[in-house]
Amino acid sequence: MTASVMAASRNPLAALWWVPRGVVFGLMAFFIFGPLFNMLLWTVAEKWYFPYSLPLEYGFGSWAKVFAPRGGAVESLTNSLVVALLTVVVSLALAIPAGYALARLKLPLRGLILLAFLIPQAFPNLTVYVNVARIFYEIGLNGTIPGVVLVHVSHGLVYAVWIATAAFSAIDVELEQAARNIGAGAMRTFLDVTLPLAAPGLMASAIFVFLESLDEFTGSYFVGAPDVNMLPLLLYTAGAGGNYQIASITALLLLVPSILFMLIVERFLKADVLSRVGH
Amino acid sequence: MPQRLLGLPLVLPALAVIAFLFILPLILSAVGAFQVEGAFGWGNFTKAFDLYSKDIVFTVVIITLSTVLIGIASIAIGGYLTLGEHPVAVAILRWLYRWPMFIPFIVVGQILRTFLAKNGMMNNAFINLGLLTPIDAQSFLDWRGIVIAFVWKQTPFVALLVAGAMASVNRDTIEAARNLGASRLRVLIEILVPQVAMTLTVGLILSFVTMMSVLSVPLMINAQTPTMITADIAFRVNSYGDYGVANALGIISLVLASSVAWIYLRASLKERA
Repeated sequence: MTASVMAASRNPLAALWWVPRGVVFGLMAFFIFGPLFNMLLWTVAEKWYFPYSLPLEYGFGSWAKVFAPRGGAVESLTNSLVVALLTVVVSLALAIPAGYALARLKLPLRGLILLAFLIPQAFPNLTVYVNVARIFYEIGLNGTIPGVVLVHVSHGLVYAVWIATAAFSAIDVELEQAARNIGAGAMRTFLDVTLPLAAPGLMASAIFVFLESLDEFTGSYFVGAPDVNMLPLLLYTAGAGGNYQIASITALLLLVPSILFMLIVERFLKADVLSRVGH
Repeated sequence: MPQRLLGLPLVLPALAVIAFLFILPLILSAVGAFQVEGAFGWGNFTKAFDLYSKDIVFTVVIITLSTVLIGIASIAIGGYLTLGEHPVAVAILRWLYRWPMFIPFIVVGQILRTFLAKNGMMNNAFINLGLLTPIDAQSFLDWRGIVIAFVWKQTPFVALLVAGAMASVNRDTIEAARNLGASRLRVLIEILVPQVAMTLTVGLILSFVTMMSVLSVPLMINAQTPTMITADIAFRVNSYGDYGVANALGIISLVLASSVAWIYLRASLKERA
């Protein structure tokens, strides 16, 4: 800061650089925040039609409609939260033992195993969900909450396992050895020493999985709809029906957790864990 | 149990989920693509190419164009974050560029649909600023809308990776080049970009595959023809229950995505050799 002020006083022309900077940053801000601001306007627009560039009347009428018992939002929100929480529980139950083994134990083909969890992210998954829906239909899982949870788990597992592995390998082995030396069993050491130390990293992986599940559209579209209504599906049907108020309110509900996470992710995901992801 | 096998039972349940919920359906889709009324054949692929060859080309062009634009934008952002000399300007950019990263695709589709429409906020802002007359205003909700949505959403992710890699490039080389009179643009193109090429490629390939499988953006921004393969797959399944052609289209998109990954693998092997 001070260096730049000094530079500016040395060279008065340097201030002129703020003109192109201002234009570029201004355009960027317009294209990044414009659509978001537009969405916020839609959530409180009572009346808004062509050719007016701003809403004619503001109000929270659409909010009342969305959260009315038959508005569908309460049901979708509940379903989305239940599915997301169950997805986190199942993913972590699978990822904590797997991550510990990948970080601490000798495993044959360790690199390949780590890579296997990336497969659902590395292939176009639409055709897979179509076929999962067919299999689930045969065994009665289609259109049920457990069915949707299973699809979300397969997709979120890469975050859960990779971050859990990184979190466990960032822990100093000597701390575990010290606990073992003073007589703690393997399980006790894991529960009292390893797990609490890995908690911030595991928390980060839980948030990743939660968001991944909350925002997931394609799998929910094929496996859940129309029996299990979720927020992204509500957003899609409202938008397709031209009801931009309800679509924008749903979009806002989906956005808030994502933005919050962006602001706090660095608190959970420390550099020592981050640098080990995928290794 | 021998020590090296102790870890396996801990990993197996997680691997089983991937095997049964991803790899098995993937195999089923490959088998289904070649099945025509109980017999094996190329029928689904002929039908897929007859009906959707235009959409396949459209998909390849859109995603390639988006990937190129994402690459250019993330190099520009990463480059400015690394070489920018004014700390305030760098801080503003660092704060600004990340916002779209965690916004879900379905929300991106919805907010850009209202933003880019003929009477959407973008045109309105330009008209109010006097840069555009109402008659010249046009809707961007076609192929351009899809490209804008992809670039909007994916650039921060690639830029984050690229900026991270650029930050770890040895500063001495950059300073030396600057002292010898090289412009910042030249340092970016001739020193920084070659050194982060691998990270850039990985980020772009991940983006490419992600864009190949996004259904919500084409459905919400441009559902008329020509559209993207993903929208066609959903249409085949939902309207006709035609899993054969849907699977064939799925395999086509899989081949497209893996060919990109193959180019990367060849390049990385060549680099190591």
